[in-house]
Amino acid sequence: MKVQHQSHDELLPHLFRQEYAKMTAVLCRHFGLKHIEIAEDIASDTFLKASENWAINGIPENPTAWLYAVAKNKTKDYFKHVAVFETQVKEAIKPTEIEAENDFELSSQNISDSQLAMIFAVCNPTNSTEAQICLALQILCGFSVEEIANAFLSKTETIKKRLLRARANLRNDDFQIKSLSETAIKSRLDTVLKTLYLLFNEGYFSKTYRRQIRKDFCSEAIRLTLILTENPLTDTPQTNALLALMCFQGSRLEARTNEKGEAVLFDEQDRRLWDTTLIAKGNYFLVNACNNNEISKYHLEAGIAYWHTAPADQNKWQHILQLYNRLILVEYSPITALNRTFAFAKVYGHDKAITEAEKLQLTGNTYYHELLGYLYADTDLDKAIAHYEQAIRHTKSKTEKLTLIKEIARLKETRT
Amino acid sequence: MKEFALIFRLKDIADFKPSPEQMQERMNWLASIAAQNKLVDKGNTLLPIPGSAKTVKPNNVVTDGPYTEIKEFISGYIVVSAENIDEAVEMAKANPIFDQVGGNIEVREVLRRE
Repeated sequence: MKVQHQSHDELLPHLFRQEYAKMTAVLCRHFGLKHIEIAEDIASDTFLKASENWAINGIPENPTAWLYAVAKNKTKDYFKHVAVFETQVKEAIKPTEIEAENDFELSSQNISDSQLAMIFAVCNPTNSTEAQICLALQILCGFSVEEIANAFLSKTETIKKRLLRARANLRNDDFQIKSLSETAIKSRLDTVLKTLYLLFNEGYFSKTYRRQIRKDFCSEAIRLTLILTENPLTDTPQTNALLALMCFQGSRLEARTNEKGEAVLFDEQDRRLWDTTLIAKGNYFLVNACNNNEISKYHLEAGIAYWHTAPADQNKWQHILQLYNRLILVEYSPITALNRTFAFAKVYGHDKAITEAEKLQLTGNTYYHELLGYLYADTDLDKAIAHYEQAIRHTKSKTEKLTLIKEIARLKETRT
Repeated sequence: MKEFALIFRLKDIADFKPSPEQMQERMNWLASIAAQNKLVDKGNTLLPIPGSAKTVKPNNVVTDGPYTEIKEFISGYIVVSAENIDEAVEMAKANPIFDQVGGNIEVREVLRRE
């Protein structure tokens, strides 16, 4: 059953993203992951009913409670239906199962436990990382196939196939949500953290979605990581470091795009829009993350994000550069290499940074050309413009194109 | 792409402990290679201090450290990837520390054991 995303109501899509995953997770605990489709069908049916009912009767006083009441009834109906089917057609169903069914509860504790289990179920190493993220987007965040395809810049068909395969793998693996062993949790935690990290980044850096969707995305990643810190088994320094990173980044979410969805450069961000509560939380989790000597890439990234939110300090960029130096030694990525060069420019000036940047030779990368355009802007306008033009050629984002075109126009004006 | 080991030699054991500034410069240099995705192995530091360095010779002769007989001692190594030895040499040239304190960097092509 498909849920209508294009509701006129702003509330329903928002609620959908918030509650669909929770509902599915709790239901899955009852049906088992083998029957995840049943859980999803009930959750989808519930939202469909909401969209029909609310359009006629208006939004109920407590929409979330309304949704859960409907889901609960639908589940009861389903079990009644199955019970009749099983007793009449097959042998009587096992009594233990009925007991579990009657337990059906939607308390907040149950929700957080179910979701924790769900995260680990989705982050199954039998699937590739990409497939895991696709599943996480779909199951944990309620994204449609089209939306996932947008996020991965792939065709809908490709994603559909990938999801089908991934789901089949989960079923074959016969994963039991209820019997998650301590070793299983520990061995999967790395993948889980990586998935949540990518989930957050998708919301934070993606230019594909509307701002509200991206915000939902980030807060969902934060919420799920927070659940991990509440369980002693998963409350590791790495988890805390990742959560600190998300809090620091999340604190700047409002400031980093304007109303039109265009990116606002760090230097131009209105710091009054930064969320100081989140920054304080980030500090708290970063301290938690440092209670032993373990340094992960999340620690380093959280450190960088911390310095970004910290007040101006003459050594700020030196600190950031040194953290990037360590990060690039832990794991190479083009974006880390480019960000490191930006920090290098802040410490050693644009001329030296140009030499560093040009060594990278990431000529197919938009941000590479943007960086060189920025670095050349003060000394060599022609080169700066040429690089910005290259950047336009490589970017797929319309808003980014517009920002770059504006920047070129500005540079051309300074020339005359 | 070929792989080259850069083997660092220092002259004076007093230079083994770098100042914070030298540390930063060395990290900048190392990270610059990593940023080009040309760092194959960030290598290790080889401790030259008494108790951490011995040399085993024929007839079961064991001496303290390498520093009694040769002036320069190996302080560490990294492995980089480069098109040819000239590129690897350019990377070594960019190292800021050896200019300041003396010593040398030996560049050697790595032949991987099968």
